[in-house]
Amino acid sequence: MKFTAITGAVAAVAAMWIAGGAAGGAHAATLDDVKAAGEVKCGINTGLPGFAFTDDKGNWTGFDVAYCKALAAAVFGDPGKVKYVNLTGKNRFPALASGEIDVLSRNTTWTFSRDVDLGFTFIGVSYYDGQGFIGRTALGAKSAKELDGASVCIQTGTTTELNLADYFRSNNIKYEPVPIETNEEARKAYEAERCDVYTTDASGLAATKSTFPDAENHMVFPEIVSKEPLGPLVRQGDDQWADIARWTLNALINAEELGLTQANVDKMAVKGNNPEVNRMLGSEGSLGEMLGLSKTWAVAVIKSEGNYSEIFERYLGKDTPLGLARGQNALYKDGGILYAPPMR
Amino acid sequence: MTDQAFHRQQAELLPQRAAPMTQVGVVGWARTNLFSSWLNSILTLVALYIIWVVVSTLIDWAFISSHVSGTDRFACTSEGACWAWLDQRIQQFLYGFYPSEETWRVNLAFVLLFPALAPWLFDNVPGARYLRWFSLAYPIIAAILLAGGLGLTVVGTDKLGGFTLNLTVGLAGIVLSLPIGIVLALGRQSRLPIIRILSIVFIESVRGVPLITLLFVSNIILPIFLPPDVSLNAVIRVIVMVTAFASAYMAEVIRGGLQAIPKGQYEAAQAMGLGYWQMMRLIILPQALKISIPGIVNTFIGLFKDTTLVIIIGLFDILGIANAMVSNPDWLGLSSETYVVVALFFFTVCFSMSRYSIHLERKLDTTNR
Repeated sequence: MKFTAITGAVAAVAAMWIAGGAAGGAHAATLDDVKAAGEVKCGINTGLPGFAFTDDKGNWTGFDVAYCKALAAAVFGDPGKVKYVNLTGKNRFPALASGEIDVLSRNTTWTFSRDVDLGFTFIGVSYYDGQGFIGRTALGAKSAKELDGASVCIQTGTTTELNLADYFRSNNIKYEPVPIETNEEARKAYEAERCDVYTTDASGLAATKSTFPDAENHMVFPEIVSKEPLGPLVRQGDDQWADIARWTLNALINAEELGLTQANVDKMAVKGNNPEVNRMLGSEGSLGEMLGLSKTWAVAVIKSEGNYSEIFERYLGKDTPLGLARGQNALYKDGGILYAPPMR
Repeated sequence: MTDQAFHRQQAELLPQRAAPMTQVGVVGWARTNLFSSWLNSILTLVALYIIWVVVSTLIDWAFISSHVSGTDRFACTSEGACWAWLDQRIQQFLYGFYPSEETWRVNLAFVLLFPALAPWLFDNVPGARYLRWFSLAYPIIAAILLAGGLGLTVVGTDKLGGFTLNLTVGLAGIVLSLPIGIVLALGRQSRLPIIRILSIVFIESVRGVPLITLLFVSNIILPIFLPPDVSLNAVIRVIVMVTAFASAYMAEVIRGGLQAIPKGQYEAAQAMGLGYWQMMRLIILPQALKISIPGIVNTFIGLFKDTTLVIIIGLFDILGIANAMVSNPDWLGLSSETYVVVALFFFTVCFSMSRYSIHLERKLDTTNR
């Protein structure tokens, strides 16, 4: 009896701590916390080609990192006011839930359960990815459907593993999985011909292909077997902060549509003939104030690393070693599915 | 008469001749050890061939057909290793994200480490008495040099990385875990129930979970309990967790040593009128620790290699830096080269520790063999 009483008391105290901690995290206004800290705490990958990597000076850079900078620019007018927190696939969600970071910009797929059950709010899609296959041209296969009996290198414990099983089963083809722990090992295994085909997200395949000295002997198959909409997310329950995060992303996309670039945004910020540009850049209306930010927040956002297209081309696009085409990630009017709501 | 022929006498001893060429030196050694029978000869030749193939391929890859200059991997056109990144990135491998104009502080802290360690590791160090005082102050000096303060620019500990981080965490863990381990080992054998139970609970609970779990707890669970404005420094959290982990193992290694001491030693010490602490300090521990040296160094080496796990909580030790580097599109796919370099760093430190422990065992060897 005595023992259960003590255990009960300990459990109650622990529960109160947890409840208190969680409540403290959820109800505080993130924007105020961010302003008080003087920096946006942004969760990024520990290293993913094109999305988050270090330059020769040791600075973090990449597609996901550029969003962190844009968000810091929106809040502070200074893209440098970011504290990067590098997270693995395992600890990214606890880090966001516990308040260790303010926003997670780490190639995270927007799924139902993450959005609903884990208590996060995805604020949009920054990159439409999907799982694809790379194989040797010597295989003679032109499509993933001709891969009957092939051995497939696959990273274990990821959604790619499940997608692969689903796809091959629904197409009634057999395959032999070669399970491997990390992406880099899978790449090595494929290169050493331990498997015929390697599967991961299409952006990762492009990175992989670019490391092969004989890239012309490998082909990425046209089939994309899953939907992987990647985007930033914040904690559920602070709509103002979610709005700031969401409209920072939308501002980058709208800037491309409106032709606003890193180079010309200062000039365009002077009131001109296009009312949409005027509203966005703050020479007309009060969009910034509605968000609780300065009038010229969008100018700072675009000045940080340019509009969506500039960021894409700098880290992922044709002139980079990854050489990714815009594809689905082009604006809706250029044949893609990127469509940001109007800023008015 | 015929006996005469058999009794021919030698006036002097024949001069000593050198042993035949085939029995001594390299040839003799090879004959007895490598080519003593047909089977051995064949095995030797096969082994030599394998070594030749491996080593020559390795040398060819690492040196002869490697490429050393350039600003990205596209400069490396040859078949062999690509070392072009060393020039650009070695700074990060050594210092992490430490500001380059401040790296002299890391270097100074590293250089000062030797006089701080010397009086504890070796005999006959000149000025050892004063150096021991310096050693006690060293942790504070190093902390100020690395983190800043007292007129030095403050550098956030998230900037600490690369091999500096491995050394910092590893050394702090090693230096702290030995005394804590000793106390825990003694505590586990204590006759005072509270101390004994606390020691057992600590040792068993820490030893019963993987280090990765401890790091996760320190990183994810602690912030939920702590008030939001209290943030424990990540490097300190790691040092605490690594130390706790190594201490638990250390305690068990030392307990093994303690149990090897014959009961007569305890009784003799008590008969001499020594108190508990005197007995431990003068009689028991010197013998127990000597026995435990291989186990202690084993734990140290394990601890040092475990410092690579800090990537779990977002700190970039030398291995994390290597992985971040090969994520840069300019350096994609150079993981073999970076792993080789990382392995060399670790081997240097771990092998030194191992050699030192052998030196120490020989020095303290008092058994009559």
